[in-house]
Amino acid sequence: MPFGDTSPRVALTDLDELWFQVSGTLCNLECTHCFISCSPKNDAFGYLSLETVERRLEESRSLGVKEYYFTGGEPFLNREMVPILEKTLEYGPATVLTNGTVLKPEWLERLRAAEEASTYCLEFRVSIDGPTPEINDPIRGERTFERAMKGVALLVEYGFLPIITMTRTWDERDDGEILGDFRNVLAEHGYTRARLKVLPRLKIGAEAQRTCGYEPYERVTPEMMEDYDSSQLICSHSRIVTDRGVHVCPILIDSPDSLMGATLEESLTPYPLRHGACYTCYLYGAICTNPSAGARE
Amino acid sequence: MTLAFFGGVYNNYLALEAAILDARRRGAERMFCLGDLGAFGPHPDRVFPLLIDNGVECIQGNYDNSIGKDLNDCQCGYTDPRDNYFAQISYEYTYESTSEPNRRWMRDLPGELRFEIDGVRFLLCHGSPRKTNEFLWESTTSTQFLEKLAREYDADVILGTHTGIHWVRQWRAESGELNDGSAGGQGVFVNVGVLGRPENDGRTNVWYTLLRLGGGSEFGSRNGEVGVSRVEVEFVPLEYDHNRLAREMAEVGLPEEFIETIQTGWWTTCLEILPGKERRKGRF
Repeated sequence: MPFGDTSPRVALTDLDELWFQVSGTLCNLECTHCFISCSPKNDAFGYLSLETVERRLEESRSLGVKEYYFTGGEPFLNREMVPILEKTLEYGPATVLTNGTVLKPEWLERLRAAEEASTYCLEFRVSIDGPTPEINDPIRGERTFERAMKGVALLVEYGFLPIITMTRTWDERDDGEILGDFRNVLAEHGYTRARLKVLPRLKIGAEAQRTCGYEPYERVTPEMMEDYDSSQLICSHSRIVTDRGVHVCPILIDSPDSLMGATLEESLTPYPLRHGACYTCYLYGAICTNPSAGARE
Repeated sequence: MTLAFFGGVYNNYLALEAAILDARRRGAERMFCLGDLGAFGPHPDRVFPLLIDNGVECIQGNYDNSIGKDLNDCQCGYTDPRDNYFAQISYEYTYESTSEPNRRWMRDLPGELRFEIDGVRFLLCHGSPRKTNEFLWESTTSTQFLEKLAREYDADVILGTHTGIHWVRQWRAESGELNDGSAGGQGVFVNVGVLGRPENDGRTNVWYTLLRLGGGSEFGSRNGEVGVSRVEVEFVPLEYDHNRLAREMAEVGLPEEFIETIQTGWWTTCLEILPGKERRKGRF
């Protein structure tokens, strides 16, 4: 920690969720709000192999990990994604965060069979940033609304109930209307019991260019931690595996200080909340986990 | 020995009455309720005499904690605005319809209950041993997580409720030895279900749990071979007068959505908290 750094340090209470940056920063899309600037050419972080994932899954057993999450980039660019998810379902519940534009029927057929054979749930979270192409496409790219909707329809066809995840690029007071519009448009695409999750914007990576970054005052201070339940913070119950090692949380992998060690065991030390994104996590809480985990308060 | 475990009652005093009779008939020597006495149904005060007069040993759920401490909401842990909207209707009705002595009684309930029978260490909680309103769903709870809870909370059998859907998991560590060097490495987690509303399967019955322990059980033994097979878990589907409950819910002005669940067996609210696998089994 730099001399004079007074950032509050958060202990890892339980490693409940283990994340995998399974396609690194590689993505077929180049969203203008991406907090780690993923793109087809950004190979700052690379793919994780099935072998690497399996090693960490095995290590996670003795730590009592409750759920596994997979993100990128676009996870399904990783050619081993289907076997990775099949393997994970032997260890626990799996959630994959996808943009829904590259899914193939043969993959979903295998994954549905794997979920049926498992005790555990396989959740898909599909990122769509608005209920219309007019809202979504300027952020995620031309025709991405239409392509993602096809992905949703395919998931529904294979019996999944994807969680549609949207980053709030509108006024928070408009949430009700936007969610209502989303339910209607999803129903028109055959998804009649849509599950929806709204995420706050994280003003780092590409998003810092699109709008603005964090102001210096947007930091968590020691005073703010008084009477605050730190279980709201991802770093108190999660870690993420990348091709460089184990980092503190899925949001901060671009920050060099987020790398905690080479193994899960080495990553269990406390982490100082010195980033602007920590402030967003502090304000909104539990932003990365699924609704079924319940509210942390 | 036979033990009976009731999950959330949610004001469903008719189901509670039927469960007590049924459990006695099946030989239950002790009866337990794992909390959330209020919510959803009518006439909260009718639940308490049944529990007290029949010696049902109770722990405090998040609902009971909220009502006992005069909080503004039920601490159910929902994340969706519609789920929270209906939860609030139910909470306000229950709070206003629960007498002061019964509120105080709930406030003083213990958060957990522990006992040991034939060397088997039982831990009764509401959601999980570490958090009253933690949702432990079958499809989103890994076995190694349950093993960790059992290890950290010194229990062989953990029983909880809170989610509204029953399930059981037994485990036996491959090594038979835990990290801290103690023997064991095996155990059982049981979600005992709830009496308050049906399980989102299109059937109107509710569920409770019977647990039988064989005589001379070696379960939980500190030495040598141990086996969970001596602990037998039975989930009991329970019929009760759900039509009367629905009628009384309508009479006190509870939402049509709640009444529909009682009459059809399908959940119409609190759906967003379900994992995909559990949600898929329902209609909505």
